[in-house]
This record gives sequence, C-alpha cells and structure tokens, in this order.
Amino acid sequence: MEISYENTKDCKVMTGKMALPNQYFAGRVGSKFIIALRDEHKILGVRCEKCNKVFVPPREYCEKCLSKLDESWVELSNEGVITNYTVVNYNDKHLPRRAPYILALVKVDGADTPFPHIVEGIDVEDVKVGMKVKAVFAEETTNTIRDLDHFEPL
Amino acid sequence: MAKKNRNVGVIGIGQTEYSSHKEHQNQAEMVNEAVRYALEDANITLDDIDCVVHGNMELFEMVHQPDMWHALGSGAYGKDQLRITTGGTTGASLVCAADNLVASGMYDVVMAIGLEKLQEGHTTGGITNMADPLWFRHLQTGALTATTATMMMEEFGEDRAKRAAMKYRILMDKHACLNPRAHRRFGLEYDQLEDLMNTSPKLVGELRLIHMCSQSDGACVMIFASEEKAKAMCKNPVWIRDHITVHREETFNNFGLEMPEMTHHYAGRKLFERNGITDPVEYFDVFEMYDPSAWWGLDWLREFLQLKDDEHLKLLEDGEFDLDGKLPVNPSGGVTASNPIGATAMLRPAEAAMQIRGDAGPQQIKKEVKHALASGFGGTLWSVLIMLEKDLDWQEV
Ligand SMILES: [Zn+2]
Repeated sequence: MEISYENTKDCKVMTGKMALPNQYFAGRVGSKFIIALRDEHKILGVRCEKCNKVFVPPREYCEKCLSKLDESWVELSNEGVITNYTVVNYNDKHLPRRAPYILALVKVDGADTPFPHIVEGIDVEDVKVGMKVKAVFAEETTNTIRDLDHFEPL
Repeated sequence: MAKKNRNVGVIGIGQTEYSSHKEHQNQAEMVNEAVRYALEDANITLDDIDCVVHGNMELFEMVHQPDMWHALGSGAYGKDQLRITTGGTTGASLVCAADNLVASGMYDVVMAIGLEKLQEGHTTGGITNMADPLWFRHLQTGALTATTATMMMEEFGEDRAKRAAMKYRILMDKHACLNPRAHRRFGLEYDQLEDLMNTSPKLVGELRLIHMCSQSDGACVMIFASEEKAKAMCKNPVWIRDHITVHREETFNNFGLEMPEMTHHYAGRKLFERNGITDPVEYFDVFEMYDPSAWWGLDWLREFLQLKDDEHLKLLEDGEFDLDGKLPVNPSGGVTASNPIGATAMLRPAEAAMQIRGDAGPQQIKKEVKHALASGFGGTLWSVLIMLEKDLDWQEV
C-alpha cells in the first residue's frame, strides 16, 4: 500500500484554545515574604536549626527534615552574589524584559539558597559568577516577587 | 486472584480537613499537613520512606509538574518519586501503584500522596478537554450528565427513582455530618425529601444541584509496607488483598448498537470471581464508593455489587446501606460531601482501612469490620476496585 502525505485536500483541522483560569494561594509564609518585600523592602528567609540552613524563598517546613520553620524568620541583606546566570536572547509575551537580558541566581548575604532574578545595569557580556549585586525595588507594587525589580552590580 | 509476590499492608493514613478554600496554605504546605499526619499515624519518620508516589488532576491547578513543586512539603527530597495522573481515578491508581511497587519487592515502604486544590483552578475547563474535538467537545456537558437519572426513571418509574436518589443523597449527608473532616455537612433530614426533589436547582435533566458532588481542597496520604516491615512497624496494618482497574475509551457507546457491560460491573465480576466471593453484600462489611452524584452512586451499587433488577433500591429503602445496615455505604459521607479530586479516590480505601482498624472516628461502624471494598472512578467510566482485609487469612482461589 502506498501512503500519500502530499494530498491533504478536505482534511479538517479543529482549532482549539484551552482556557484555564487559575489562582494561587500563597499561604501565610509566602504572603509574609511578599508583604515585607513590598512594605519594608526587606528580604526574609527562614532558618532550619537542625540542618543549619537559611532558606530563601522561605517555606513552612524544611523539605529535608520536616522541621517547622515558620517561626524562625531571618532578615537578610539586600546585597548578595551571583552564583550563576544566563542571558535570555529571545522575545515573547510572557517574558518580563526585552531581550537580551540577564537572568541570574542571586544568593543574598545570610542565605544558603539562591533564587532567580533579573540583573540590570551591566552589559550582558560583562556578567560573571561571583559578582556582587544589590537589590533595586520597584516603584510601583504588583504584590509579587517583582516588587524586587532587579539586582544591579554594587 | 492476581498473583502477588508478597503481601502489602497499610501502616499509616493522614488527611487534611476538606473545604472549599484554603487561603492559609499553599499546595506544598497542604500536602505537608497530610504527610505529617500520616507519618505520625504510622509512628515513623521520613527516613523510613523509600519511595513517594504523587498524584492530582492534570492541569487543574494550572501547575506543570506539581510533584516537583510539592517536594518542598512532600518529603520526596532525595527519594525516588513518580507522578500518576489518571483523572478521577488518580487516588485509587496511587494506591494500586504503591501496592504494586511494594508487592514487587522494588521498595519496602512507599508513601502515596493524593491532593487537589480545586479552588485554584477551573475544573470544567480541564475536564471538557478529554472529549474528542471533532465529535463531542462542543456538545458534552463535562462531569454533569443525566443519562443515569433518565434510565433509572424509565426502569423504576419516575417517582420511585427520584425518591431513591434523594434518599441516597440524604443518607450520604447524614454520614458526612458524622465525619469531622467532611466538606459539606448540610444536616438534611428525610422529611425534606420531597421538597428537595422539587426545588433543588436542575443542572442537566433530573440531575439537580443537591445530587452533585462538591469541589473541595484537601490532601490524603497513605503509607504502604511489605508484610515483614508492616508487622514490625505497625500493630494493626490493614492488608491490600487485591485490586482491579477497568478502562473504557472515551466515546462510551455512542457509536455502538448494544449496551456493553458497564466497567463497574466488569470490575466487580472479575475481582469477586478471582477471589471466590459469591455474595459481595454478605461478604463485605463496608463499601467506600466513589459516588460523583447521588444518581450515579445509587445506580453503581447495583453494578459493583452484582445486584439484579431493583435489589439495590430495596436495600436502600430498607436501610441496609445505613451505618448500622447490612452493608454500610460511605460512612465518610462519600464524594457528594467531599471531593478534592486527586485525593478523592484515595479517601475511599483510606476511610475503608480506618473502618477496619476501628479508629474511623464518629463515623465508625459499630460492628466489627473485617472485609472492606473501595472504588475509584474517573472520566469516561474508568473504574478501580480495591479489596482490603483485617486479617491475612484469605484463601487463594
Ligand atoms: Zn531541616
């Protein structure tokens, strides 16, 4: 039997669009982090005494030992170090910046875990692991992690 | 029965409360709550867990790879983990998978996690995508159908069928009112039956709002161990005797000429046959059934239990599915009361196991529960049926 791939006359294509509206409940711990970021320009973490680790973003329970952490808040520095990075080189509607821009992992002083954020104020060619950076806060709140607008070199 | 390499016991069960919303915790935190209860119940720590099996509905919270997200609360960090998402049957599939993983010898102790935060997503948006785009997607009514109501009214007469469906619904609510974790506890009374039959808003055909299951948030966790470990770690493990999963393609019988054997009937027939059970109503002491609506719940009792004609209606009318009846159905209140979908089908064997242990709480059946049946259900008539036992004394067939 011969199968023809060329002739697609009268072959229907059904076009669809999945609409999946959703919301996300941040919980008490996540909410407290965003509120401190928004109202006080402070980055908060939680410490697990048992594992001797400070987690940012904070979480209610240590994922390693299940210790309860929501009472062990630590106020961290607004300065930190780039532990890794990449350069985003394409444009799309969901992206927060026009390409090219730097997306880095930043470990703020006092934390044991880095978190991802945008780095600006430096040419994409010049970013390096180990570079010291400081937080720049957004002028208008969005009640999200983007209340911290970006990091820039010290 | 299906050949089992070694026996598997349930050694821990944990549940959150079920409610329409949980603003105070995120998904990982909700999972964590049930995980902690289950570890406490089993009196073990995370170190004892070899593998985690995780499941919820595909895309219902609009989260890709939720098992990865939930590692912040699930205890899966550094452990073997797999995700199972089989629609409504997810919770039951998790139990079957955990049982198989332990029975096979791959792992000694497996923790299964079922969850849903239905308020965070759009259930019908997700469900309607299961239908074929050419034939059904633009015609189907999601999980809301009245086919069973219509068929039951044709078979038993409109009045008797409507009364029976509403009696079943009120019975489920009475059970739910006993269960402190149940989501919807209305306090319905039998003297409201006619009123509800006539005034509850119609959804599709004779399926009314009061007949239909809730949309709930919550999580359920069960811990399974090999016979050797279960006996060493736990004073009252509940044994998974056997289970069966039956699927049907999504177009039902729309193109067919004959009504095929229903998946639930097939599941019951095969499972009971291979375990030498000739009278399931007599044999089992409790049936926790996945009943998405009162009409389905009532009709499916006939299918699962291999009953004939109006035997299921008579049993209901005679009070035999009550907590003190011959075969109590859904002491937990069932799915019309609480429906955190990815956990719902796990709640059935979890609640059944608690009945066997005798620590189900206010909804505990008064007489001894030795043999329990639990079912899971999912879109396009997937059916899972699980048998649980108090003692390791059943005969191989
Ligand atoms: Zn820790």
